[in-house]
Amino acid sequence: MNSFFSMGGFAAFIWPCYVLTLGGMAWLGLASWQRAKTAAATLDEMSPKTDD
Amino acid sequence: MFDYLANPTRFMRIADLLLWPLTVLAGGLLLAGLYVGLIASPPDYQQGDTVRIMYVHVPAAWLATLGYVALGLCGLFYVVWRHPLADIALRAMAPAGAMFAFLTLVTGAFWGKPMWGAWWVWDARLTSMLILFFFYLGVIALANGFDQPERGSRPAALLALVGLVNVPIVKFSVDWWNTLHQPASLLRSGGVAIDQAMLLPLLLMLAGMHLYFAVIVILRMKALLAERRITSLQLRQATRGSR
Repeated sequence: MNSFFSMGGFAAFIWPCYVLTLGGMAWLGLASWQRAKTAAATLDEMSPKTDD
Repeated sequence: MFDYLANPTRFMRIADLLLWPLTVLAGGLLLAGLYVGLIASPPDYQQGDTVRIMYVHVPAAWLATLGYVALGLCGLFYVVWRHPLADIALRAMAPAGAMFAFLTLVTGAFWGKPMWGAWWVWDARLTSMLILFFFYLGVIALANGFDQPERGSRPAALLALVGLVNVPIVKFSVDWWNTLHQPASLLRSGGVAIDQAMLLPLLLMLAGMHLYFAVIVILRMKALLAERRITSLQLRQATRGSR
Protein backbone atom coordinates (compact mmCIF):
# COMPACT_ATOMS: atom_id res chain seq x y z
CA MET A 1 0.00 0.00 0.00
CA ASN A 2 2.86 2.34 0.92
CA SER A 3 4.55 1.75 -2.42
CA PHE A 4 1.28 2.61 -4.19
CA PHE A 5 1.04 6.00 -2.47
CA SER A 6 4.77 6.76 -2.86
CA MET A 7 4.51 6.19 -6.65
CA GLY A 8 8.17 5.23 -6.97
CA GLY A 9 9.25 8.46 -5.26
CA PHE A 10 7.21 10.69 -7.59
CA ALA A 11 4.11 11.04 -5.37
CA ALA A 12 4.60 14.83 -5.06
CA PHE A 13 4.24 15.14 -8.86
CA ILE A 14 1.64 12.47 -9.66
CA TRP A 15 -1.00 12.91 -6.93
CA PRO A 16 -1.45 16.68 -7.38
CA CYS A 17 -2.21 16.03 -11.10
CA TYR A 18 -4.98 13.56 -10.23
CA VAL A 19 -6.36 15.67 -7.36
CA LEU A 20 -6.49 18.81 -9.54
CA THR A 21 -7.96 17.03 -12.58
CA LEU A 22 -10.61 15.00 -10.73
CA GLY A 23 -11.34 17.89 -8.32
CA GLY A 24 -11.78 20.33 -11.21
CA MET A 25 -14.00 17.90 -13.09
CA ALA A 26 -16.14 17.23 -9.99
CA TRP A 27 -16.47 20.95 -9.25
CA LEU A 28 -17.46 21.84 -12.84
CA GLY A 29 -19.87 18.89 -12.98
CA LEU A 30 -21.60 19.82 -9.73
CA ALA A 31 -21.73 23.54 -10.59
CA SER A 32 -23.22 22.78 -14.04
CA TRP A 33 -25.76 20.31 -12.62
CA GLN A 34 -26.77 22.77 -9.87
CA ARG A 35 -27.17 25.61 -12.39
CA ALA A 36 -29.32 23.48 -14.72
CA LYS A 37 -31.45 22.29 -11.79
CA THR A 38 -31.97 25.82 -10.40
CA ALA A 39 -32.85 27.22 -13.84
CA ALA A 40 -35.32 24.38 -14.54
CA ALA A 41 -36.99 24.87 -11.12
CA THR A 42 -37.30 28.64 -11.64
CA LEU A 43 -38.74 28.09 -15.11
CA ASP A 44 -41.28 25.59 -13.74
CA GLU A 45 -42.34 28.12 -11.09
CA MET A 46 -42.73 30.92 -13.62
CA SER A 47 -44.42 29.06 -16.47
CA PRO A 48 -47.95 28.61 -14.96
CA LYS A 49 -48.11 32.30 -13.98
CA THR A 50 -47.47 33.55 -17.47
CA ASP A 51 -49.11 30.87 -19.59
CA ASP A 52 -52.59 31.55 -18.25
CA MET B 1 -28.59 17.18 -39.45
CA PHE B 2 -27.60 20.65 -38.18
CA ASP B 3 -31.01 22.08 -39.09
CA TYR B 4 -32.67 19.16 -37.29
CA LEU B 5 -30.69 19.68 -34.05
CA ALA B 6 -30.74 23.49 -34.27
CA ASN B 7 -34.32 23.61 -32.99
CA PRO B 8 -33.88 24.33 -29.22
CA THR B 9 -36.96 22.30 -28.15
CA ARG B 10 -35.88 19.27 -30.20
CA PHE B 11 -32.31 19.67 -28.93
CA MET B 12 -33.52 19.70 -25.29
CA ARG B 13 -35.55 16.53 -25.90
CA ILE B 14 -32.56 14.69 -27.40
CA ALA B 15 -30.24 16.09 -24.69
CA ASP B 16 -32.56 14.82 -21.93
CA LEU B 17 -32.55 11.37 -23.52
CA LEU B 18 -28.74 11.28 -23.80
CA LEU B 19 -27.79 12.87 -20.47
CA TRP B 20 -28.06 9.93 -18.06
CA PRO B 21 -26.68 7.19 -20.37
CA LEU B 22 -23.71 9.45 -21.18
CA THR B 23 -23.15 10.26 -17.49
CA VAL B 24 -23.17 6.58 -16.48
CA LEU B 25 -20.90 5.62 -19.39
CA ALA B 26 -18.46 8.47 -18.64
CA GLY B 27 -18.35 7.51 -14.94
CA GLY B 28 -17.75 3.84 -15.74
CA LEU B 29 -14.98 4.56 -18.24
CA LEU B 30 -13.28 7.02 -15.86
CA LEU B 31 -13.37 4.53 -12.96
CA ALA B 32 -11.96 1.79 -15.21
CA GLY B 33 -9.31 4.20 -16.55
CA LEU B 34 -8.28 5.24 -13.03
CA TYR B 35 -8.04 1.63 -11.87
CA VAL B 36 -5.95 0.49 -14.84
CA GLY B 37 -3.90 3.73 -14.94
CA LEU B 38 -3.05 3.94 -11.24
CA ILE B 39 -3.02 0.27 -10.18
CA ALA B 40 -2.96 -2.28 -13.00
CA SER B 41 -0.55 -0.70 -15.51
CA PRO B 42 3.24 -0.91 -15.07
CA PRO B 43 5.65 2.02 -14.65
CA ASP B 44 7.54 3.09 -17.76
CA TYR B 45 11.08 1.72 -18.11
CA GLN B 46 12.49 5.25 -18.51
CA GLN B 47 9.99 7.60 -16.88
CA GLY B 48 9.02 5.33 -13.99
CA ASP B 49 5.67 6.10 -12.35
CA THR B 50 5.54 9.65 -13.75
CA VAL B 51 4.09 8.06 -16.92
CA ARG B 52 0.80 7.91 -14.97
CA ILE B 53 0.53 11.70 -15.36
CA MET B 54 -0.01 10.97 -19.07
CA TYR B 55 -3.43 9.42 -18.30
CA VAL B 56 -4.81 12.80 -17.21
CA HIS B 57 -2.49 15.16 -19.13
CA VAL B 58 -3.09 13.80 -22.65
CA PRO B 59 -6.93 13.61 -22.40
CA ALA B 60 -6.96 17.16 -20.95
CA ALA B 61 -4.79 18.38 -23.85
CA TRP B 62 -7.02 16.66 -26.45
CA LEU B 63 -10.14 18.15 -24.88
CA ALA B 64 -8.60 21.63 -24.73
CA THR B 65 -7.67 21.42 -28.43
CA LEU B 66 -10.73 19.59 -29.82
CA GLY B 67 -12.95 21.67 -27.55
CA TYR B 68 -11.52 24.77 -29.17
CA VAL B 69 -12.22 23.37 -32.66
CA ALA B 70 -15.86 22.87 -31.60
CA LEU B 71 -15.88 26.38 -30.08
CA GLY B 72 -14.57 27.86 -33.34
CA LEU B 73 -17.18 25.97 -35.38
CA CYS B 74 -19.92 27.31 -33.08
CA GLY B 75 -18.45 30.78 -33.65
CA LEU B 76 -18.60 30.21 -37.42
CA PHE B 77 -22.24 29.00 -37.28
CA TYR B 78 -23.18 32.01 -35.16
CA VAL B 79 -21.37 34.59 -37.30
CA VAL B 80 -22.69 33.17 -40.60
CA TRP B 81 -26.20 31.90 -39.70
CA ARG B 82 -26.78 33.80 -36.46
CA HIS B 83 -28.29 30.74 -34.88
CA PRO B 84 -28.88 31.24 -31.13
CA LEU B 85 -28.14 27.57 -30.36
CA ALA B 86 -24.60 28.01 -31.72
CA ASP B 87 -24.15 30.91 -29.29
CA ILE B 88 -25.53 28.80 -26.42
CA ALA B 89 -23.18 25.92 -27.31
CA LEU B 90 -20.21 28.31 -27.49
CA ARG B 91 -21.02 29.72 -24.05
CA ALA B 92 -21.48 26.19 -22.65
CA MET B 93 -18.18 24.87 -24.04
CA ALA B 94 -15.85 27.76 -23.22
CA PRO B 95 -15.52 27.25 -19.42
CA ALA B 96 -15.04 23.48 -19.78
CA GLY B 97 -12.43 23.99 -22.52
CA ALA B 98 -10.66 26.64 -20.44
CA MET B 99 -10.53 24.29 -17.45
CA PHE B 100 -8.97 21.53 -19.56
CA ALA B 101 -6.44 23.95 -21.10
CA PHE B 102 -5.49 25.05 -17.55
CA LEU B 103 -5.22 21.41 -16.40
CA THR B 104 -3.04 20.62 -19.44
CA LEU B 105 -0.62 23.40 -18.46
CA VAL B 106 -0.55 22.47 -14.76
CA THR B 107 -0.26 18.69 -15.20
CA GLY B 108 2.37 19.34 -17.90
CA ALA B 109 4.38 21.37 -15.40
CA PHE B 110 4.14 18.55 -12.82
CA TRP B 111 5.38 16.12 -15.49
CA GLY B 112 8.04 18.48 -16.81
CA LYS B 113 9.77 19.08 -13.48
CA PRO B 114 10.89 15.47 -12.82
CA MET B 115 11.52 14.69 -16.53
CA TRP B 116 13.07 17.92 -17.88
CA GLY B 117 14.18 19.51 -14.62
CA ALA B 118 11.95 22.57 -15.21
CA TRP B 119 8.34 23.45 -14.40
CA TRP B 120 8.09 25.61 -17.51
CA VAL B 121 10.06 26.30 -20.70
CA TRP B 122 9.10 28.70 -23.51
CA ASP B 123 8.83 25.74 -25.85
CA ALA B 124 6.54 26.02 -28.93
CA ARG B 125 4.02 23.41 -27.66
CA LEU B 126 3.77 24.88 -24.16
CA THR B 127 3.57 28.46 -25.40
CA SER B 128 0.91 27.70 -28.03
CA MET B 129 -1.16 25.85 -25.38
CA LEU B 130 -0.83 28.90 -23.08
CA ILE B 131 -2.08 31.09 -25.97
CA LEU B 132 -5.02 28.67 -26.47
CA PHE B 133 -5.87 29.09 -22.77
CA PHE B 134 -5.81 32.89 -23.20
CA PHE B 135 -8.15 32.58 -26.22
CA TYR B 136 -10.59 30.63 -24.04
CA LEU B 137 -10.40 33.34 -21.35
CA GLY B 138 -10.95 36.02 -24.00
CA VAL B 139 -14.03 34.26 -25.38
CA ILE B 140 -15.47 33.87 -21.84
CA ALA B 141 -14.74 37.52 -21.02
CA LEU B 142 -16.36 38.79 -24.24
CA ALA B 143 -19.40 36.51 -23.94
CA ASN B 144 -20.08 37.68 -20.37
CA GLY B 145 -18.70 41.21 -20.44
CA PHE B 146 -21.92 43.03 -21.41
CA ASP B 147 -25.06 43.96 -19.44
CA GLN B 148 -27.16 42.28 -22.12
CA PRO B 149 -25.57 38.87 -22.77
CA GLU B 150 -26.63 38.86 -26.46
CA ARG B 151 -24.38 41.86 -27.13
CA GLY B 152 -21.33 39.74 -26.32
CA SER B 153 -22.31 36.89 -28.63
CA ARG B 154 -20.86 38.25 -31.87
CA PRO B 155 -17.50 39.46 -30.46
CA ALA B 156 -17.08 36.14 -28.61
CA ALA B 157 -17.92 34.17 -31.76
CA LEU B 158 -15.45 36.23 -33.81
CA LEU B 159 -12.66 35.72 -31.27
CA ALA B 160 -13.42 31.97 -31.15
CA LEU B 161 -13.12 31.92 -34.94
CA VAL B 162 -9.84 33.87 -34.96
CA GLY B 163 -8.38 31.56 -32.31
CA LEU B 164 -8.80 28.57 -34.64
CA VAL B 165 -5.56 29.72 -36.30
CA ASN B 166 -3.73 28.63 -33.15
CA VAL B 167 -5.06 25.05 -33.17
CA PRO B 168 -2.81 23.65 -35.95
CA ILE B 169 0.11 25.45 -34.30
CA VAL B 170 -0.62 23.58 -31.04
CA LYS B 171 -0.93 20.25 -32.88
CA PHE B 172 2.07 20.56 -35.22
CA SER B 173 4.40 22.69 -33.04
CA VAL B 174 6.35 19.55 -32.08
CA ASP B 175 6.95 18.77 -35.78
CA TRP B 176 7.58 22.32 -37.04
CA TRP B 177 10.05 23.35 -34.34
CA ASN B 178 12.73 21.67 -32.29
CA THR B 179 10.91 21.37 -28.97
CA LEU B 180 11.56 19.86 -25.56
CA HIS B 181 8.02 18.43 -25.63
CA GLN B 182 7.87 14.93 -27.08
CA PRO B 183 6.24 14.42 -30.52
CA ALA B 184 2.80 12.83 -30.97
CA SER B 185 2.52 9.21 -29.77
CA LEU B 186 -1.07 8.35 -30.78
CA LEU B 187 -2.01 10.23 -33.96
CA ARG B 188 1.15 9.93 -36.03
CA SER B 189 2.26 8.37 -39.27
CA GLY B 190 3.80 4.99 -38.52
CA GLY B 191 1.18 3.98 -35.95
CA VAL B 192 0.77 4.23 -32.21
CA ALA B 193 4.06 4.46 -30.29
CA ILE B 194 2.77 3.39 -26.87
CA ASP B 195 2.88 -0.09 -25.35
CA GLN B 196 -0.51 -1.86 -25.02
CA ALA B 197 -0.25 -1.84 -21.21
CA MET B 198 -0.20 1.97 -21.24
CA LEU B 199 -2.42 2.43 -24.27
CA LEU B 200 -5.44 0.81 -22.57
CA PRO B 201 -5.67 3.22 -19.58
CA LEU B 202 -4.97 6.14 -21.89
CA LEU B 203 -7.83 5.17 -24.23
CA LEU B 204 -10.18 4.55 -21.29
CA MET B 205 -9.40 7.98 -19.81
CA LEU B 206 -9.65 9.63 -23.25
CA ALA B 207 -13.12 8.12 -23.84
CA GLY B 208 -14.31 8.84 -20.28
CA MET B 209 -13.14 12.46 -20.26
CA HIS B 210 -14.59 13.16 -23.74
CA LEU B 211 -17.98 11.81 -22.63
CA TYR B 212 -17.69 13.88 -19.43
CA PHE B 213 -17.12 16.96 -21.63
CA ALA B 214 -20.26 16.12 -23.62
CA VAL B 215 -22.26 15.78 -20.37
CA ILE B 216 -21.02 19.15 -19.11
CA VAL B 217 -21.86 20.85 -22.42
CA ILE B 218 -25.38 19.36 -22.40
CA LEU B 219 -25.97 20.40 -18.75
CA ARG B 220 -24.72 23.94 -19.36
CA MET B 221 -26.73 24.27 -22.59
CA LYS B 222 -29.87 23.17 -20.73
CA ALA B 223 -29.16 25.77 -18.03
CA LEU B 224 -28.48 28.55 -20.54
CA LEU B 225 -31.60 27.75 -22.58
CA ALA B 226 -33.75 27.74 -19.42
CA GLU B 227 -32.17 31.03 -18.24
CA ARG B 228 -32.95 32.69 -21.59
CA ARG B 229 -36.54 31.49 -21.37
CA ILE B 230 -36.74 32.88 -17.79
CA THR B 231 -35.45 36.26 -18.99
CA SER B 232 -38.03 36.41 -21.80
CA LEU B 233 -40.83 35.42 -19.38
CA GLN B 234 -39.70 38.13 -16.93
CA LEU B 235 -39.77 40.66 -19.78
CA ARG B 236 -43.30 39.54 -20.72
CA GLN B 237 -44.42 39.86 -17.09
CA ALA B 238 -42.84 43.33 -16.82
CA THR B 239 -44.52 44.42 -20.07
CA ARG B 240 -47.92 43.19 -18.82
CA GLY B 241 -47.35 44.91 -15.46
CA SER B 242 -46.56 48.25 -17.05
CA ARG B 243 -49.80 48.27 -19.11
